[in-house]
Amino acid sequence: MKKRVLTVDDSRTIRNMLLVTLNNAGFETIQAEDGVEGLEKLDTANPDVIVTDINMPRLDGFGFIEGVRKNDRYRAVPILVLTTESDAEKKNRARQAGATGWIVKPFDPTKLIDAIERVTA
Amino acid sequence: MDMNEIKEIFFQECEEQLAELESGLLKLNDGDRDPETVNAVFRAVHSIKGGAGAFGLDDLVSFAHVFETTLDCVRSNRLEPNQDVLKVMLRSADVLADLTNAARDGGGGVDEARSRQLIKELEALANGELPQTATESAPKSAPAGVAPPAPAVNEEGFQPVAFSFDDFDTGDEPTIEPSTYEIVFKPKSDLYSKGNDATLLLRDLSRLGEMSIHCDMDTLPPLDRMNPEDAYFSWKISLKTDQGEEAIRSVFEFAEWDCELDVALAGGTVGMEEDLPMQPVPFDLSILEEEPQAPAGEQDRAATGEGTPRNAAVAAAQTASNVLQMAQSTARVSPENARNSQSASAAQAAAQQAASAATPTIRVDLDRVDRLINLVGELVINQAMLSQSVIENDTNGTSSINMGLEELQQLTREIQDSVMAIRAQPVKPVFQRMSRIVREIADMTGKSVRLITEGENTEVDKTVIDKLAEPLTHMIRNAVDHGLETPEKRVAAGKSPEGTVRLTAKHRSGRIVIELADDGAGINREKVRQKAIDNDLIAADANLSDEEVDNLIFHAGFSTADKISDISGRGVGMDVVKRSIQALGGRINISSKPRQGSIFTMSLPLTLAVLDGMVVTVANQTLVVPLTAIVETLQPEASAIHSFGSSQRLISIRDSFCPLVDVGRILNFRGAQANPVEGVALLVESEGGGQRALMVDAIQGQRQVVIKSLEANYTHVPGIAAATILGDGRVALILDVDAIVAASRGQSLKPEMSLAAAG
Repeated sequence: MKKRVLTVDDSRTIRNMLLVTLNNAGFETIQAEDGVEGLEKLDTANPDVIVTDINMPRLDGFGFIEGVRKNDRYRAVPILVLTTESDAEKKNRARQAGATGWIVKPFDPTKLIDAIERVTA
Repeated sequence: MDMNEIKEIFFQECEEQLAELESGLLKLNDGDRDPETVNAVFRAVHSIKGGAGAFGLDDLVSFAHVFETTLDCVRSNRLEPNQDVLKVMLRSADVLADLTNAARDGGGGVDEARSRQLIKELEALANGELPQTATESAPKSAPAGVAPPAPAVNEEGFQPVAFSFDDFDTGDEPTIEPSTYEIVFKPKSDLYSKGNDATLLLRDLSRLGEMSIHCDMDTLPPLDRMNPEDAYFSWKISLKTDQGEEAIRSVFEFAEWDCELDVALAGGTVGMEEDLPMQPVPFDLSILEEEPQAPAGEQDRAATGEGTPRNAAVAAAQTASNVLQMAQSTARVSPENARNSQSASAAQAAAQQAASAATPTIRVDLDRVDRLINLVGELVINQAMLSQSVIENDTNGTSSINMGLEELQQLTREIQDSVMAIRAQPVKPVFQRMSRIVREIADMTGKSVRLITEGENTEVDKTVIDKLAEPLTHMIRNAVDHGLETPEKRVAAGKSPEGTVRLTAKHRSGRIVIELADDGAGINREKVRQKAIDNDLIAADANLSDEEVDNLIFHAGFSTADKISDISGRGVGMDVVKRSIQALGGRINISSKPRQGSIFTMSLPLTLAVLDGMVVTVANQTLVVPLTAIVETLQPEASAIHSFGSSQRLISIRDSFCPLVDVGRILNFRGAQANPVEGVALLVESEGGGQRALMVDAIQGQRQVVIKSLEANYTHVPGIAAATILGDGRVALILDVDAIVAASRGQSLKPEMSLAAAG
């Protein structure tokens, strides 16, 4: 069965790139535009792994991760943070919120797929 | 979708982000300190940078990065966004827009000196402590450990993943001596709760080289006391790899805070059996590949340590994976069920996914929309003609054809409205462009200008918007260059040194009215008059009202600036403005007060395609009066008509008097005034706000008509806005109510000609 990936990013460009990259790599991709929509789509997506941005309107990546980790059904799902911000402080905050790992933009398809495979069986 | 399409989307998104950025900065400039505004501004730059990085647009990335860093200072309250700071930021937004355009159109158009200067200023704002190399080093160094196999190829192209000890001697260029590391890995429960998985980490580790593994299960409590989400196992791993400690640590990059990790070089490069007290067992990857199901029996056996010592470690690894699986499966029981129960509605889910994958808007070629609009226009005419011929042939009006026709009429109307709505766009993008123009001219002229925009969300047909930008640019330039005084003069006149230009859009009686007001010196009528005399536009002794003098600036070849500046052009400005507004079916007016400023008012139709009209008869001619202009219609009684002067008449309507205008006279359809009692009066509201009663002979009915431009097909006719084709196929003229009203005030329908006559 195809692995299901939920992506959460407010940038249309990045969403499209994620969609193309993940579909090409054989994942089933469900997309949300911000943290609020991401949480709403959890049940539809039922994801095996989540990829999320940090800077988003309405609910940012930190809040979204906390929301997922509080949800009994999805709290064990690996979450990768997709962000341009590579400094330790941001990583640390994402980690404390419950992120599994991170991918640093600029967006590199190989890195993304590697990271996803790294956190999924 | 391929990369080029995504790139196109990226540039579209950039435009939106740039607009967002600018409006956010302007809000900050107005004193808005809402953190969400700062965040939105930050996100806009951040998104542009993120996308630009993906496409390798380095210039854009490095500028956006510096910009973003400075914005981050604002976001974290380390930098107060005062006027000076925002000035730099607004200019930076302009450069960012230039860089984006350059990236899209392939270079050019970027003032590199300006861009470098702004980078310096931005860096200075961010305390001047910005690392110059941040953009290059940051994204590259951090993810080094993300993908163990990919970046692991060293300079010689040596592929270490498949390396085994036996190959060592025959290996061509082994540059790094493989060493054996002893690794102690003790996960905390946090590691699992964050979605990491010890078995996956071990799998990654095994890819670095030859590995043996021992699982320490001493802390595992009996099953009944076991918390499936706690971490009980730790591992001792012996790994022979040529990739160094860094590669090992990078495997644990995501997990390093949530485990105890000890990596040490073993005593020697060979003989790990001697160094380690445990039984080395080759780590079997295959157990991870199979879909891990956790039968209870196996679980027990592993947990009680059953099995030979040799496969104890394998069992341990299995157990670990099982424990994890248990933890995960408890967390996932319900989703699994949900997934099964959902299978029936799989199609629905798929549809939802498709919907979520697509963006909520589609982009359509404007040509296609225009074609559709044209066709709908023809449809409306056709439907009207059909209705008419049915009515003529169906005297009692009850046949089913008639009923069907009514439905058709309604449908046609709805189709038309929907198609028109496709083209309606807010004027916001045009207004936003103006703020940049104001900034640039303010810089060039050394004036201090504040642009206030209102009603940016007023919607109007796309054609109107497109054609609006150019005249508006001219007018804004004029307002700043000619209208506003220099700060010194302003202060001397007792005004604030900063000039204000106010750009407003609003809907008024079915039209869009755009107002451009400045608080400058107003029009210098003496100067305008003298200039007009010098240029032979008017006679030296011509007697002109203030309004007429003001309107002289719309004449070709008129420029009052003493010096021809680069900014406002060479006196081709305002007449071009007037002509382009007229070509849109609009009008432009100026009202000016000395020392207080000028207001330019443009009134434009909302759409250039259709119009709700009242079809009337005037002197045996069929005319269409735009319904939006009509307040009410009434049958005048003789007692309500009051004459004064030679030909002026008033009609009293509910205790107030309103001038009566005979349309037939104004348009020269007839010589003598018609008898008002025999006709119908249409009470109209004109652009200036005043009411007039237009006299027509009879009302034929109300109809939606498709506008056919007279300018495009014939030539401009004063008093007539456009033409249309009626249901019976005849051409009818659409009345320009404002022009008729203006004419009734004694102004000729041809002001240009009267001025020429005066000269």
